[in-house]
Amino acid sequence: MPSLDQQRRRRLATRLGTLTLALLLAGLAAGSDGWSIRGLWETLQQGDAALIVGQIRAPRTLGAWLAGALLGLAGAVAQGLFRNPLADPYLLGSASGASLAVVLVLAASSLTGHGVALATASAVARLGLVGAAFAGALLGVSLTLILARGAEQTTRLLLAGVVVGVLLAAGSDLVTSAAPDALRGKQAFMLGSTGFLSWSACAVLAAGLLLALPPAWRLARALDALTLGEDAARSLGLSLSRLRAALVGALALAIGVAVSQTGLIAFVGLVAPHLVRRFAPAPHGYTLLASAATGGTLLLAADVLARSLIAPQEVPVGVLTALLGGAYLLWLLHRRRMA
Amino acid sequence: MTRSISIWRRAIALCWLVALSAAASAQPLTVRDDRGIEITLAASPRRIVSLLPSLTESVCALGACARLVGVDRFSNWPESVRTLPQLGGLEDAQIERVTALKPDLVLAAPSARAIERFESLGLKVLVLESRDRADVKRTLNTLARVLDASAQAAAVWSKIEHDERLAVERVPAHWRGRRVYFEVDATPYAAGAGSFIGETLARLGLANIVPIELGPFPKLNPEFVVRAQPDLVIAQRANLAEMPRRAGWAGLRALRSGSTCGFEPVAYELLIRPGPRMGEAAQSLAACLAALPAPGGAAR
Repeated sequence: MPSLDQQRRRRLATRLGTLTLALLLAGLAAGSDGWSIRGLWETLQQGDAALIVGQIRAPRTLGAWLAGALLGLAGAVAQGLFRNPLADPYLLGSASGASLAVVLVLAASSLTGHGVALATASAVARLGLVGAAFAGALLGVSLTLILARGAEQTTRLLLAGVVVGVLLAAGSDLVTSAAPDALRGKQAFMLGSTGFLSWSACAVLAAGLLLALPPAWRLARALDALTLGEDAARSLGLSLSRLRAALVGALALAIGVAVSQTGLIAFVGLVAPHLVRRFAPAPHGYTLLASAATGGTLLLAADVLARSLIAPQEVPVGVLTALLGGAYLLWLLHRRRMA
Repeated sequence: MTRSISIWRRAIALCWLVALSAAASAQPLTVRDDRGIEITLAASPRRIVSLLPSLTESVCALGACARLVGVDRFSNWPESVRTLPQLGGLEDAQIERVTALKPDLVLAAPSARAIERFESLGLKVLVLESRDRADVKRTLNTLARVLDASAQAAAVWSKIEHDERLAVERVPAHWRGRRVYFEVDATPYAAGAGSFIGETLARLGLANIVPIELGPFPKLNPEFVVRAQPDLVIAQRANLAEMPRRAGWAGLRALRSGSTCGFEPVAYELLIRPGPRMGEAAQSLAACLAALPAPGGAAR
């Protein structure tokens, strides 16, 4: 006889699975001409179905789910690691590092007049936005780790993350004031977008998920021990610094990969673990997996909506995730208070 | 104004005739774009998407407006492009819609994301960037090669120069050598002497408070403008109206004496687009100068 908690977990898993399947189909049907199954059918009859559905809608749909899953996973890891339900996966300097790198690439050509050597500028430009965002995110996290002298103390790590975030954001503001051309590109990056996802982007996202999920999953029990407090965890014989280093590594990888492909999509990482805990309180092993699935579902839903709400125009997907996730979280909080 | 429109009509009609006769000869052509990448087209493109207003204007000025199948959200000239599908901006181009239009050429300014994606979907992307006057001419010539419209390019460029000569003649002598502050954005960003706007202003005989060393569109300390005491201020009308409220700016002599040229958004866009209407822009600036009272003091 399964316990109540197990029933709830199973129910959440079933719901997430069904919802994901429905949304994947919806993602194939939602296009620049609005949302309709008949429209999909007609598109499939035409000659360019392979291009429109196969090369644009399918990778975009799958990619949105994968990016959301990475963000959800990173959020669950961050909140478990910092034992703080407000921890955001962008907290350790990854977001500001990535946007600084992106701004540098965007401004590379116009900065050549401002004392930046042409060779440097073209090397930066060759790196491309995707590579730069990934490198920038990792660089931001490494800076945080250096500043916090490793992952020894949680508070120190958080504080270092905040400081690095502010410093790197100031750096990118400095670059944009010298090269205002980069402003619009920076804004687009900060809003996040699923519109540019290709099959190769999906492959990178999937590889990121495959690399980040196993170590996080393996360390889930350590995260459970951490919820008892650092001293209790240490008394259980856990090497906290190695544990943290491994988790920060998985976190940085997940965020770096997601950010490089989609830009800074807001709120998915923060809200996904909350939703999981709300519907099915569970040890971290389950929470990590379910947060990834919830993040994927959330971003995919936002992407489908972004495409269909005002078709043929698009709503920036990051705006929708913040609106949807935020409104839902507020509603949950409100309901809990009422009860 | 009516005269310039009729010149445009004639120019466009002429371009059309040449374009139609040239369309028959289809052979592969290779052009090098501003990224330094060589783009080979099987034939002169018939379905073009333009993601930059100045490129849209250039295509139309070269008589190939009918070949445009989609534009970005800011393209609004000539009137006919307003009915085309709007495909977002450079940074948030709508990949699926653009691809569904099956363009054989996409025109864009440098901006990585969309361009990479278009190319991975097999579209040809020609990247063109205009910062100064020489760029505008080069862009026009590159487009003319692609569109098989070299004769029109020459006509468009000589019309620009013709309009500019008329504009220069129209500028009253007492404005020559006077120093101008051209505001691009209220932050404040200015058009420096090195930008195409600065070059037009220089042709009209005006000096710029922003020297060439500061780059084409530098962000200034507001104090710099106050200390420079320009004889003339050019900006969007809305920005001009709030300038006296900026700290210390009420002391600007140009503002007090009304030596200002304020432009409504559409007229202002004409000034800040590096495209085939640069000559008209010069005329619009000259018209404003001609209507202003003579500035006090002597030219420096």
